[in-house]
Amino acid sequence: MLHTLLRSTGERPGIFSGGIEPEMSKITAHAPISTSLIAPIYILPIKQHIGEACTPIVSIGEHVFRGQKIAKSQGYVSVPVHAPTSGKVVKIEEHAIPHPSGMGLPSIFIEPDGNDTRDESLEPISDYRERDPAELRERVRLCGIAGLGGAVFPTFIKLLKDQRNPIETVVLNGIECEPYLTNDHRLMLEMPKAIITGLDIIMHMVGAKRAIIAIEDNKADAAEAIRHELDRMPEMEHVEVRLLPTRYPQGSEKQLVQVLTGKEIPARKLPMHIGVLCQNVGTTRAIFDAVMRGRPLTERIVTVSGDAVPRPGNMLTRIGTPMRFIFAQHGLEHFQEVHLLHGGPMMGERLKSPDVPVVKSTNGLLAMHSKTMMDAHKVEQPCIRCGHCGVACPVNLVPNLLADQCRNEQFEKAATYNLFDCIECGACSYVCPSNIPLVHYFRYGKGQLSQITRAKGFANASKERSEAREARIEREKAERAAKRSKVRTEHMPKPVDENPTDVKSSAEKDDVSTDAKGDES
Amino acid sequence: MTQLLAAILSFGAFALLFGVALAIAGRVFRIEGDPIAEQIETLLPQTQCGQCGYPGCKPYATAVASGEAEVNHCVPGGERTMLQIADMMGVEPKSVEDEPSAPMIAFVREDECIGCTLCIKACPVDAILGAPKQYHTVITDHCTGCTLCVEPCPVDCIDMLIKPELLEHWSWPLPDTKRSRVAMERKEQHAPYTA
Repeated sequence: MLHTLLRSTGERPGIFSGGIEPEMSKITAHAPISTSLIAPIYILPIKQHIGEACTPIVSIGEHVFRGQKIAKSQGYVSVPVHAPTSGKVVKIEEHAIPHPSGMGLPSIFIEPDGNDTRDESLEPISDYRERDPAELRERVRLCGIAGLGGAVFPTFIKLLKDQRNPIETVVLNGIECEPYLTNDHRLMLEMPKAIITGLDIIMHMVGAKRAIIAIEDNKADAAEAIRHELDRMPEMEHVEVRLLPTRYPQGSEKQLVQVLTGKEIPARKLPMHIGVLCQNVGTTRAIFDAVMRGRPLTERIVTVSGDAVPRPGNMLTRIGTPMRFIFAQHGLEHFQEVHLLHGGPMMGERLKSPDVPVVKSTNGLLAMHSKTMMDAHKVEQPCIRCGHCGVACPVNLVPNLLADQCRNEQFEKAATYNLFDCIECGACSYVCPSNIPLVHYFRYGKGQLSQITRAKGFANASKERSEAREARIEREKAERAAKRSKVRTEHMPKPVDENPTDVKSSAEKDDVSTDAKGDES
Repeated sequence: MTQLLAAILSFGAFALLFGVALAIAGRVFRIEGDPIAEQIETLLPQTQCGQCGYPGCKPYATAVASGEAEVNHCVPGGERTMLQIADMMGVEPKSVEDEPSAPMIAFVREDECIGCTLCIKACPVDAILGAPKQYHTVITDHCTGCTLCVEPCPVDCIDMLIKPELLEHWSWPLPDTKRSRVAMERKEQHAPYTA
């Protein structure tokens, strides 16, 4: 009880309020990273990040090299897409992407030539400490790097040296609190040097003096590997490895910063506002590759797991590889009675088909027997007001109340109860003894609210245009009338000058006649 | 007696004083336009389609505010808009007869367009681009799907298409569980205007 109370206050460092301790099932923790074979086809959707979509800059039949830019970014919140291997662009058309709607996006299809030749146009920058941070930032943008932890927010935006919000601490997120997923774990274990160098690049870019690498205590071997590497690099003594007790959702940016600094990030604010920059370890490795080796983001590590996968493991896969091809390499070829998840079991989204490509956000691919999933999803029962969901919520919301409001379409009211602060971690649904799919209600509510907001915005814009049109019609009518009356006055016979009232009356008459005409048309 | 007189006089004086104060306040703080009509207008979808029988959203809002029109005539707004208007006017909700169709947009088949500009004149939100003897085209982002441009076209080259659903505009459906279905059914049963 005391334990629960302490957790729910969440005011001391080393703890965030709420959270759960699910069964971790990290069955691939000891599986070394294997490398995927070259797929028969690569499918690159033009949008794989949060923000605006890209525009393809290659034409059908064109030969491309690995790492060549094939779609350029549009707008600020956008990063380009690169070819994952050398080959020929065979078509550009809409194809399904990993998204819960099962909808598609225009995608570039590349047929590999088997040579895997690299585009070497980007020079490696090994003396990054002497370079201007702005130059490195442009490199990170050009290399198409977006947050590989799953949120895929364009990384270069976070790497701004901002005078108003100076970054003091860089937090490297190696928490990986989702059950099943082990891609960050294996990455830290097998490539600690790349991660530490990547961290040094980030620290140089934002001018931070201190760094913390945060790892959960179920990955002690990874922490040991990083510490061992740090011991061999005396210039990195300001980097601290912090081993934290395993707790979900500790890997969420705001919760992790709260645990490490004891400061809670206010709603609608970013870690940058309290002088912290948080980066995922996978993204850090991508930054290392971009700067030190001049290689754009064309591959990532994916955990392939779940009880329906005969040979689960961690795999270095090219972005754009069809998921069916990846599952086949792990022994899964038939998808009847199998549920596919994109991401972890807590926050991942169900896939309607394995015929979608791996994208930048794909950290895990889970295949579960349908029976396992059905056993996990029991029938929804009425809420018994036990309050477990409120205790489990890491952002101190009242999930049972919010779910009622969303179910009964009181979306505006739910918004005033901070529905949009929900991070959709699923802790509430996990603890609910009545099996209420609380997070699904929140997703529904959020979606409906943004639909309403969008409809309002559209209505206001339409109204403005309609009013502008009416004003214009009025103005034109008045101008026409004025012009005619002027013409009349000039051609009027002399005596009118002596009697100005006549002019006015004729103008009025004219007005009436144009009015009538307007009505007819 | 004097007490009675004093009471009558003092109350009379007060009444006069407040009367004058109210009259002055009425002049000074006079509100232009009809605030209720304006509030109703913000609830309407602003398609300017005229399906309510009025020549636009503003005239319909004014008519509802003055009580001459019913609250259930806005077709594109559907049930949600009707409930909001009824709530604001403090009247009983009425059932919406025509269900709103899927969002539509107009599309000009350009090779058939003769460039007569009649559809441009008809469009209430200036969403059609073109000039005399030039092809016209619909700005899809601005089209409200009101269908007012279809009828004036002398060569019938305007189609109404179903607005394509964008990935960015997709949102999660209501979780399909027995309880969410029960809640929906209960809500329908309790709705006053269908009873």
